[in-house]
Amino acid sequence: MRKITGNKLLVKALKEEGVDTLFGYPGACTIDISDELYKQGDIRIILPRHEQALVHEADAYARSTGKVGVCLVTSGPGATNLVTGLATANYDSVPLVCFTGQVARHLIGNDAFQEVDIVGITRSITKYGVTVHNREELGRIIKEAFYIARSGKPGPVLVDLPKDVMAELGSPEYPQEVNIRGYKPNKTVHIGQLKRAVKLLAHAKKPLFLAGGGVIIAGANEVFTKLVEKTKVPVITTVMGRGAIPTDHPYYVANLGMHGAYAANMAVEECDVLFSIGTRFNDRITGKLHAFAPNAKIVHIDIDTASISRNIHVDIPIVADAKEAIEKMLEYAEANETEEWMQQIEGWKKEHPLQMKKKDGTMQPQDIIECINHCFDEAIIVTDVGQHQMFTAQYAQITEKKRLLMSGGLGTMGYGFPGGIGAKLGNPDKPVIVISGDGGMQMNIQEFATAVLEELPIIVCVLNNTYLGMVRQWQKLFYGKRYSMTNLLAGAALRRGDEKLPEYTPDFVKLAESYGAKGIRVTQKEDIEAAFSRAKKETKVPTLIEFIIDPEELVYPMIKPGGTLQEMLMDC
Amino acid sequence: MNRILKKRWISLYVENQIGVLSKISGLFSGKCYNLESLTVGRTEDPTVSRMTIETKSDEETFEQIKKQLNRMVEVIKVVDFTDLSVCMHEILYVKVRKCGLKEKTELFQIAETFNAEVVDYGKDSMLLEFVQTATKNDAVIKLMQEEFHSIEVVRGGSVGIEAISMAER
Repeated sequence: MRKITGNKLLVKALKEEGVDTLFGYPGACTIDISDELYKQGDIRIILPRHEQALVHEADAYARSTGKVGVCLVTSGPGATNLVTGLATANYDSVPLVCFTGQVARHLIGNDAFQEVDIVGITRSITKYGVTVHNREELGRIIKEAFYIARSGKPGPVLVDLPKDVMAELGSPEYPQEVNIRGYKPNKTVHIGQLKRAVKLLAHAKKPLFLAGGGVIIAGANEVFTKLVEKTKVPVITTVMGRGAIPTDHPYYVANLGMHGAYAANMAVEECDVLFSIGTRFNDRITGKLHAFAPNAKIVHIDIDTASISRNIHVDIPIVADAKEAIEKMLEYAEANETEEWMQQIEGWKKEHPLQMKKKDGTMQPQDIIECINHCFDEAIIVTDVGQHQMFTAQYAQITEKKRLLMSGGLGTMGYGFPGGIGAKLGNPDKPVIVISGDGGMQMNIQEFATAVLEELPIIVCVLNNTYLGMVRQWQKLFYGKRYSMTNLLAGAALRRGDEKLPEYTPDFVKLAESYGAKGIRVTQKEDIEAAFSRAKKETKVPTLIEFIIDPEELVYPMIKPGGTLQEMLMDC
Repeated sequence: MNRILKKRWISLYVENQIGVLSKISGLFSGKCYNLESLTVGRTEDPTVSRMTIETKSDEETFEQIKKQLNRMVEVIKVVDFTDLSVCMHEILYVKVRKCGLKEKTELFQIAETFNAEVVDYGKDSMLLEFVQTATKNDAVIKLMQEEFHSIEVVRGGSVGIEAISMAER
């Protein structure tokens, strides 16, 4: 058998794993791999302008295609720039395999140039991380990395590649089978438990489904919708679960949680059975724990045993993949009498509808999101983090042909724009709309170069209110309007006490244009639709639409962190 | 759920690989779980290491610890030793300095009473080795602190295995 280098085997392995796109940034420790990719030439290589954006792009590519996102970066700073993106992917269960260069084995531990212990640094924010110490282990480790990343509860895997291991000659074989004795993801459903849960649901007077991101990751949207229609049980979702059932479905209520709708939160308060699937009961949805779903028996289906009964006590735990469990449930579930209960929920919807208080003529975030709703039948919407994200989560219609991507768990500012690029690279035929704020946009704005050169006609909405709006909202409501560190016009002029602060910087429109993208500024409601129509016509270049928003717009309703439903703040 | 803090034990089978110890101990520090002691060593199978972990926690936290350990790729098996009959001992060395004849005589008596071994002996110092339960070692340390002016202590953490007929911990 002819021996080959580790570099050759890596590229061979990528092809066998079906990798068609690789997000890479080169360096001294990975230059041989770059060379091998160049020679073999089959894999599309995307060159972002910063490794943090790189890993977000791979992340959104993975979320929007269901494939594993693949990153290749160099040792030292290349690797450490992945940290935020790995944590983001880990929190939201996104399958990634990240290859990091490493200095040669004899240099490890010597404080060599661009040496860091990246496996050590990322140990708590990856599903698995490993340094390849022997050339003969390389094939097995890559095979395992892909398997671990995509199976069970998906997550990021980091494979650290010392330069000399990769140069060494060894077996050209890439294994076909995986057998990891400590890792056997659950592939079955405990039927007894499931039947108990179904029975509990059938006897409930006020049953409620709570769907989290797990339903979407498992690709269970369709079967879940069937289950809902069969059982006639209303549905609320977490922000990550939005779209688990089409948001215009008659049984869909709204999101729950800190910025959830009144009706959704009231439904949790009143329900007698809360049937939750694929959510970890994060503090942003539960608020004060002892006051959460006080009248309900709770069923919890999750692929991760560690998510069950961690934050709240669960009466019937079921460890299973969401899709498997829902498909099985369809066999046993029966229709429930929920008419009266649905009416009660409708009543709450009417009492406090999810709606921004209309001010005469001014352009509100709700108007922008609603315009997207009716201008696009099909879309992938990617948000950044902050007020605009919550507005989107509240108002965006997510139907069968639409998807919503965001950094839900970690709340990573800077995710949105590269996320949109990754989603478009994976879905060239679908419109991709980024919704960002002026703060988050500037955290990865360099990616305009990537978007323009890759000829991606994505639409990038920047809701500019000249503030870091979500923190400002807390300051306005809970910190006596002391806007510390949130004013993006602050600087020397504000410190001096100048009467007139400088113009907003950067000029987003000019900036987009300087990259060769299109830029549009919208200051009034009437121009929103025209801006989207113009942007839609572009087939090769991204369009940035800057919306000038009033900083006084807040996200309502709002439950104070750690608060209860009774303390819900409404827009009045 | 039982909120009472008590000592609990886990016997853990892990891959004998670089970084596994760090991953396990990192879980405890990262999630603020108490870690009373952790011992680790290779088993009859050189690819497997076995750890004995002692933690003081309530039942809910302990359940979470076991789940978190179980979901690690490198962890092969988690065995809860808390309510099993196990044989569990710890090694303890006590070096006593500034000993006169009187102290030395006393030390021999202590060694005999506690089934300890005198493993080294000098002009004015002695070294004792105890292999017994961690609780008994606690008692020995307390006793010797009271009895002698200058002692030096090192202990290894409990190592346990499921008992056949004679349980002791």
